Amino acid sequence: MLILAIDTSAVASAALVSDDSLESVIGSFATEDTRSHAEVLAPGIEQLLAGAGLSGADVDVIVAGVGPGPFTGLRSGIVTARSLAFVWQKPLYGLMSLDAIALEVAESTEAAAEFIVATDARRKEVYWARYALAGSQLPHLLDGPHVGFAAGLPDLPVYGAGAGLYPDVLHAVPEFAARQPEALSLGQFALARLAAGEQLLDTTPLYLRESDAQVPGPRKRAL
Amino acid sequence: MNHHPQSSQPLVLGIESSCDETGVGLVRGTRLLANTVSSSMEEHVRFGGVIPEIASRAHLDAFVPTLREALAAAGVTLDDVDAIAVTSGPGLAGALMVGVCAAKALAVATGKPLYAINHLVAHVGVGLLEPAPGAPGTCAEKAPQADGSPANTLPENLGALLVSGGHTEILRIRSITDDVELLGSTIDDAAGEAYDKVARLLGLGYPGGPAIDRLARTGNAKAIRFPRGLTQPKYMGTAEEPGPHRYDWSFSGLKTAVARCVEQFEARGEEVPVADIAAAFQEAVVDVITSKAVLACRENGVTELLLGGGVAANSRLRQLTEQRCGAAGIRLTVPPLVLCTDNGAMVAALGAQLVMAGVAPSGIRFAPDSSMPVTSVSA
Ligand SMILES: [Zn+2]
Repeated sequence: MLILAIDTSAVASAALVSDDSLESVIGSFATEDTRSHAEVLAPGIEQLLAGAGLSGADVDVIVAGVGPGPFTGLRSGIVTARSLAFVWQKPLYGLMSLDAIALEVAESTEAAAEFIVATDARRKEVYWARYALAGSQLPHLLDGPHVGFAAGLPDLPVYGAGAGLYPDVLHAVPEFAARQPEALSLGQFALARLAAGEQLLDTTPLYLRESDAQVPGPRKRAL
Repeated sequence: MNHHPQSSQPLVLGIESSCDETGVGLVRGTRLLANTVSSSMEEHVRFGGVIPEIASRAHLDAFVPTLREALAAAGVTLDDVDAIAVTSGPGLAGALMVGVCAAKALAVATGKPLYAINHLVAHVGVGLLEPAPGAPGTCAEKAPQADGSPANTLPENLGALLVSGGHTEILRIRSITDDVELLGSTIDDAAGEAYDKVARLLGLGYPGGPAIDRLARTGNAKAIRFPRGLTQPKYMGTAEEPGPHRYDWSFSGLKTAVARCVEQFEARGEEVPVADIAAAFQEAVVDVITSKAVLACRENGVTELLLGGGVAANSRLRQLTEQRCGAAGIRLTVPPLVLCTDNGAMVAALGAQLVMAGVAPSGIRFAPDSSMPVTSVSA
């Protein structure tokens, strides 16, 4: 099974993963910045396919990170995934973006049995979710995703770029203090979960916040 | 990308998402095949204006269904399409991003060339669509060219007056594919925005344009005189020595004047003459838009004017524009309203012109530009 994974919940990233290939990786790219999605995502996907000598017809499934993440960037990946799936007529699924980091934690040597993944939600807040590990299983989501202040997180080790921003108020794990969700881990997670017969999400974005719009109050009358 | 179709009648898919309409249109050469629009207008009503984040969320969910519907309406598939065109600016940054990313994904998935289109110039592009007998949504009012040139070429000395909730501009078009000049524009609110704000002041709901237009018919426009922005000599100058805003508009002072007027009636304990205020406000907007537009046309040799944008639906704007253009010897064209408001067909129409003119596609690396100037017809 060949999966094209896309995540733009923080950086822009895409990956091709397959259960036929070593470590399941065929190719991937990720930006460092979080503001160039519209420019780099489509060319990146085009190069990824060309570099692997593959075309859309070879892709079996498309998965997109559905956040949480800053809205404009998040939508760029989801609309890209939906459009590709429409043209190529491929099944399309969503994954919670924090799962990407959770899988990397699970595969690291010193993973705690229970931990938090957090990313930058701007406005001095983080997006976060709580996971559990048991044996060699995939990380299991216990709670979340949520958005809130770092100081309000449960007292557990915290992985991800959201932790690195607030080392004073939470237990940031240094090796993961700058880690952002990326499509490669997300795609590998999707592959593992589909192989295990698990259901994935649809591509409804997890905004977690309202649009900020204020219904205007009644106009103040003079006198 | 090195596709470069020069088909004489290219089939172009156009995508629009610069404000609150998700539009997908299909045009073959100058023939309109489909114009499907999904609007999030209803979701903005309770806020009294377009909320960018709500519009962007709606674009994401509307895009694929709107695309599917447009293809079905045109009876074509993406395989048949020669090129894709998308609005890359000007407009709301987050909203543009959805259409641009979708268009790029379509280009990657199909291998078709992609054109990044200027939204304002696309409003002029609809003027090139041929009248289709009996079909709604085409330029039925377009008369044959006096000089006998075919209907798919724009007249010489063409100007365009664009009035909507997002923009207010007067353009001069020497070539729709590579020579468009901004003669004047609003320096603050768009005219449609001013309508929305004043409608809210008067308790008339959203969108403000139709509400004020309706009520104004029952009011006395001469009962109150509201200011016409940027009409003082220091802004206007003379034809020989134009001032800094000779062809520009400003509506923020007008909005403040309306607010003050309402407050004065209330402070005196009198009933607010809402219909008169609506009529006087509308007269101030329409008077200053048309007088400056006609001045710009006269002084720049524009003899053909196209009226575009959603406010083209306003009865008084149409009436006064017709009257003043007539008096100045300017021929006016008003496309049907479905093509005046934001839509994908206008993007496709301009895209087809670029393909036919042999203009190179934009590729897939461009960034949306929320303040794209009209001098960039395509990126
Ligand atoms: Zn417009």
